[in-house]
Amino acid sequence: MMALLEVKDLKVRVEEREILHGLTLTVNEGEVHAIMGPNGSGKSTLSHVIAGKPGYEVTDGQILFKGEDLLEMEPDERAAKGVFLAFQYPVEIPGVATMNFLRTALNAQRKARGESEYSTPDFLKKVREVSKSLNIPQDMLKRGVNVGFSGGEKKRNEVLQMALFEPSLCILDEMDSGLDIDALRIAADGVNALRSPKRSMVVITHYQRLLNYIVPDVVHVMSRGRVVKSGGKELALELEASGYAQFEAA
Amino acid sequence: MPAVQETVERVKRIDVDQYRYGFETLIESDKAPKGLSEETVKFISEKKNEPAWMLQWRLEAYRRWLTMQEPTWARVDYPKIDFQDLYYYAAPKPKKTVSSLDEIDPEILKTYEKLGIPLREVAMLEGVEPKPGEEDPARRKIAVDAVFDSVSVATTFKAELKKAGVIFMPISEAIREHPELVQKYLGSVVPTSDNFYATLNSAVFSDGSFVYVPPGVRCPMELSTYFRINERNTGQFERTLIIADKGSYVSYLEGCTAPQRDENQLHAAVVELVALDDAEIKYSTVQNWYPGNSEGKGGIYNFVTKRGDCRGANSKISWTQVETGSAITWKYPSCILRGDNSRGEFYSIAISNGFQQVDSGTKMIHLGKNTSSRIISKGIAAGRSQNTYRGLVTAHRKATGARNFTACDSLLIGDKCGAHTVPYIEAKNSSATFEHEATTSKISEDVLFYCIQRGLSQEEAVGLVVNGFVKDVLQQLPMEFAVEAQKLISISLEGSVG
Repeated sequence: MMALLEVKDLKVRVEEREILHGLTLTVNEGEVHAIMGPNGSGKSTLSHVIAGKPGYEVTDGQILFKGEDLLEMEPDERAAKGVFLAFQYPVEIPGVATMNFLRTALNAQRKARGESEYSTPDFLKKVREVSKSLNIPQDMLKRGVNVGFSGGEKKRNEVLQMALFEPSLCILDEMDSGLDIDALRIAADGVNALRSPKRSMVVITHYQRLLNYIVPDVVHVMSRGRVVKSGGKELALELEASGYAQFEAA
Repeated sequence: MPAVQETVERVKRIDVDQYRYGFETLIESDKAPKGLSEETVKFISEKKNEPAWMLQWRLEAYRRWLTMQEPTWARVDYPKIDFQDLYYYAAPKPKKTVSSLDEIDPEILKTYEKLGIPLREVAMLEGVEPKPGEEDPARRKIAVDAVFDSVSVATTFKAELKKAGVIFMPISEAIREHPELVQKYLGSVVPTSDNFYATLNSAVFSDGSFVYVPPGVRCPMELSTYFRINERNTGQFERTLIIADKGSYVSYLEGCTAPQRDENQLHAAVVELVALDDAEIKYSTVQNWYPGNSEGKGGIYNFVTKRGDCRGANSKISWTQVETGSAITWKYPSCILRGDNSRGEFYSIAISNGFQQVDSGTKMIHLGKNTSSRIISKGIAAGRSQNTYRGLVTAHRKATGARNFTACDSLLIGDKCGAHTVPYIEAKNSSATFEHEATTSKISEDVLFYCIQRGLSQEEAVGLVVNGFVKDVLQQLPMEFAVEAQKLISISLEGSVG
């Protein structure tokens, strides 16, 4: 199987403080990996560094995406190459209609890849299809990006973008935060529909609960800036029973 | 590098060359001697073949101006202007009257072409294409009264306007052809004694537009004038007078760009609007004059007096402005709500970058009963610019039932710029209802990163966020201008993020 994402001995600092102390992780094509760990273990840092968020300093190590050096690319280039980060707290952009945002972003990615931009009718058709499958009303698409959206709507909007942009790597950062059980199920169903042998996912979460809906192939436990244990989906259940304390001591 | 920091870095690298419209046209010009004196005023009046009353009016303004002081209350800082070191009149050399575009200097036409202004005959006759999907079988047309330097060189659509009874011509012509209208209304909204710059304008104004819409007439097209400053060290003193007679409607568009300069150029325009009973005037501006280079050198000084008088009952005046250019902007398009039930509106987008200084806003003066006004102001400051909203809302003792709503939002890009809001509110009767809202925010790293993670470049992300921020105001612009304004905002932001 081909490795899609390879993180090798990654060391990352934020304002002089090292957060990741040599993290190694390999995600193969088509696999769903869960990353679990307590607060402050570096889970979100990892997702931000992969996506290229400013403010992080990589002091050592490497991230390869489809064999290419991801750290050499601008964040928008990474997006065009197929890296998608579903945000824990999606931002609001007042005055920018969701529909307009989706089209601008999709066409920017296509342009960067040297593909033709979508025509308006083709784009509308595609959006309608995808939003229908996610139970997103058309009215929501006319509103400003995430403006006045409920927690569930914001997460569904993230999944909608995932479906539209067709990335090869999806990183879901604490997708379950702020969602009730029904909203979580709808979002998770949307994610599951996007699972494919060509697409990998990294699901970051505190709780095992989410993994009942999005069942991972591999589970990693992070503690203090490193992956301390990896295993199958049963590892998540084990953690739920015994907690993170055993790793904290390590 | 964090996005905002990068923006700041890029702002530092702005160069003159990035000013897209910074080019000069080589045309000989017919200049008044340098400096300001009664002789200069007479020279201008003579050049224009003006009647004696007009010269007298100018001379009175000039004498008044000699006794006045430059205002210093605005939050702008610039070296003292030597008014004797400026030219007050310049006209393009080929001075024949033109009856068709063929007679206009090809150099001038080329300039317009570079600006993308549809002055070509085909474009004019065809009007502007409506957006796809828009249901407008009779294509909307724009009449262009092009002002090149100080003399109008082309006037189009004259015949159609004439049929409707609308008078649309250079003000210099109106002074000769419609003296009764000009004498009645000129200076009736902005008196010659109004303020330092308006008085200066009254003495030396060279040209501008004149519009009269007769009773009950809805002007059949948007009226549009493109101003352009093109003569080194030449002050540009435009004078515009628009009268909407009872029950009439007119929409006027004004847009400007200017070539780059080493020395500052003074611009002091006066615009007067008069709306009689049940009349409505919509005045839109897109302003993109040369803002100066990366060291803050050069750029236009823009000291403008714009005022509308809702003289009649149920009249309405609406100002919409998109201000992106000029080194210094001093501009407060205002409404005097004299008629009962009259309404004034002010929608503004002011973008400042580099070393630009903007002090702009409005005055809503409620005099009549049940008058209402609305102010929506969006200021965007980037680079090392300073952006001030200054507004006055006042209700007279007799203005019972006056209502105002004001919303001032400021957006900061980077940490070396400033946004300021200075609202003055005076209610002299207890039945007035005034609401004021103001916000100041910084363009957020998180919002930019979200957009960039979705594939937008940093520049596109800033453009998208800013266009969202100003959307309420952009919607107020006539369709043709909304497209131009959106482009202009992107161009100004190209400067701010590289």
